[in-house]
Amino acid sequence: MGSHHTEPEPWVVHRVRALESLLIEKGLLSTEVVDTVVQTYEKDVGPMNGAKVVARAWVDPAYKQRLLADGTAAIAELGFTGRGGGDKMVVYENTRAVHNMVVCTLCSCYPWIVLGLPPVWYKAPAYRSRAVREPRKVLEEFGVELPPETEIRIWDSSAEIRYMVLPLRPEGTEGKSEQELAALVTRDAMIGVALCRAPAAAR
Amino acid sequence: MNGVHDLGGNHGFGPIERETNEPSFHADWEKAVLVMNLVGMVKRIYNIDEFRHAIERMGQSRYLDTSYYEHWLASVETLMIEKGVVGRDELDARTKHFERNPDAPLPDSKNPELLAAVMNVMRKGMAEKSEPKPGPRFKPGDAVVTRNWQPAGHTRLPGYARGHRGRIHAFHGVYILPDAHAHGRGRCPEPLYSVGFESGELWGDAAEPKERVYIDLWEGYLHPPEA
Repeated sequence: MGSHHTEPEPWVVHRVRALESLLIEKGLLSTEVVDTVVQTYEKDVGPMNGAKVVARAWVDPAYKQRLLADGTAAIAELGFTGRGGGDKMVVYENTRAVHNMVVCTLCSCYPWIVLGLPPVWYKAPAYRSRAVREPRKVLEEFGVELPPETEIRIWDSSAEIRYMVLPLRPEGTEGKSEQELAALVTRDAMIGVALCRAPAAAR
Repeated sequence: MNGVHDLGGNHGFGPIERETNEPSFHADWEKAVLVMNLVGMVKRIYNIDEFRHAIERMGQSRYLDTSYYEHWLASVETLMIEKGVVGRDELDARTKHFERNPDAPLPDSKNPELLAAVMNVMRKGMAEKSEPKPGPRFKPGDAVVTRNWQPAGHTRLPGYARGHRGRIHAFHGVYILPDAHAHGRGRCPEPLYSVGFESGELWGDAAEPKERVYIDLWEGYLHPPEA
């Protein structure tokens, strides 16, 4: 839907400024609050956090076990806490037998705590309507073709539970460090619409 | 509420359009909207369920014609007015002022107390009081059927999953019931489950093979299958 990232009418810009200025006068906002929160989302919260979680799980089997058993606590071990994790984080592991994929059909719930702000496509009607009904076709559009014997599990985030996918570790990455592995982990792989690839294949 | 926001399974929205190197925000006004909404919740002017329902109430065609942050603006504006924080007339007048003076600066202000409260929630989340935790009626593996539930108000039982057979996958714990909380009817904590549905149960002959959909559903949305 083109309308989901075209410029709004100038009215919206004026309306937002009007609301902003009234809230500032009423002690419910300041430009400093806006700037500080925005800076946090632009610099500190994003898919690089989720990538660290995934890389740790790939190299540390005990951590992986804790992550799959209690996502909130294991993610907090790496320092990622607070708003954006819903009331509870749940992590599901992709294997050759099972592929997991996350959506929110009713609004746009997303695990901000590990992935940051959601991309426009995740919030737009095409993905939200189709992911639950035709996930294989959706995955094909993302360039992912799964073997027919792989089971697909779609997690529709209808409550305050937030889901993250632990992608399959790519083959040929045995000697890589945790940091090198984190660089292979993409946002889309943690939503479940992409696979992680080894560097040679990624180029 | 049976509305266009309830998108699961709908046809006609075309391919998924992706943007390469998408920025965190596409315009400055989006940043302000994100933070105004955060403040609305931190200051407990409204709750997240009221926020979601106010988006659902913004108008069916307008919902589809506007972006995510325009949805948020519609909701924040509606709730700030309904909760008496801002008057509609003063908001309209102020909007006209900025239409005439687009470069007029915002009032310069510091609000250290608010900044501390907001950043505390960013780091730690909202502190919620503990409340009674009713025991779960179902356990993992139990067969359940979702209600054919058609409320005019807010609900988190998606339309595509109503009146269908599923199986309890996991018990998540006891959580605030959005159907009540969005309408000022209290928190009404209820057991919440992850419920799995076979794709054929939801989509019939059009289902893709080897797919299962898991939805988080409150206990009141479910009943045991007829004996």
